[in-house]
Amino acid sequence: MKVSVWKGAAQGRFQEFEVPRHPSQTVLDVVTYIQRVLDPTLAYRYACRVGMCGSCAMSVNGVPRWTCRTHVDNVVRQDRLEIGPLRNLPVIRDLVTDMREFFDKWARAKGQFKGERTKRDDFAPVKPHSSARIQVDAGIECIGCGVCYSACDVVSWNPEYLGPAALNRAWTLVRDERDADKLERLRAVGGDAGCHSCHTHMSCTERCPKHISPTAGIAGLKREVLALALKGKL
Amino acid sequence: MSVRSETLLWIAQRVSAALLAVCVVVHLATIIYAVQGGLTATEILGRTRGNVAWLAFYAVFVLAVTVHAPIGLRNVFTEWLGWRGRSRDLFVLLAAATLAWMGLSAVLAVFA
Repeated sequence: MKVSVWKGAAQGRFQEFEVPRHPSQTVLDVVTYIQRVLDPTLAYRYACRVGMCGSCAMSVNGVPRWTCRTHVDNVVRQDRLEIGPLRNLPVIRDLVTDMREFFDKWARAKGQFKGERTKRDDFAPVKPHSSARIQVDAGIECIGCGVCYSACDVVSWNPEYLGPAALNRAWTLVRDERDADKLERLRAVGGDAGCHSCHTHMSCTERCPKHISPTAGIAGLKREVLALALKGKL
Repeated sequence: MSVRSETLLWIAQRVSAALLAVCVVVHLATIIYAVQGGLTATEILGRTRGNVAWLAFYAVFVLAVTVHAPIGLRNVFTEWLGWRGRSRDLFVLLAAATLAWMGLSAVLAVFA
């Protein structure tokens, strides 16, 4: 199979390699083969190889994916593959992107839990079947791989836009009944760079390997921020 | 622009879109109905002149457009051209004023 791999940083080009096919071969296997056998200078990132760490996300035939969980059989077209770095993030080298901005936006969206209880207080009882907890459960499994951020057109149009992952994180905290920072968080996720910029294209929801729907969380944030705006509390 | 203002613009565009959905359907249905036996200026003016219901309907239609289109234009400028700040907002306000003036003039012209 012919595999085109991005080489370089922002300026660069696709370089073509000939890679042998194997049964159950993943795209990460392909990249590893190229690095170990054909081009030892190839830079890429991975860790767990089993879909837990989220570090091997790349653009495969133009679609952001976890390469470790993507079988070549499912994505190869006419015996060809194109593998590039994730979109919407600065490229450090080859397939490695700089994810600082991605995680800085989590901080900007106030993605840190802020509780009120101390170690002397009892546990906070949270009913597992309450609607709030069900909504938290739907979004809580994000591992920060950047696939949704790479898939989002709004991020490419508005580089300040917080993006699906950061907003999804904010939503899980807004619906966390123990959290004490809701007002500040809703202020942080509103405005030009926030939830109301989402066009509901649902690319994030379509591509999320964890089957989370950031779009649903963002819709929830839109309603909560709007309620505050109408009450004059923003 | 403040978070509150951005949020209010967002809801204003949604509310005006809901109004437009109804207005466009009524407008198109009226056209299709009215054109059946041929269409003349006299016939149109016969329907609209002095008719307060049509005046109110088209005034709402024009005002919904005046709210909806400039906010959308503002988003297009921001996302596609990277145009932000006061100059963009003033341009969009001008577009809103032009739409309101042209639309309401037309509505009044067929009423009076």
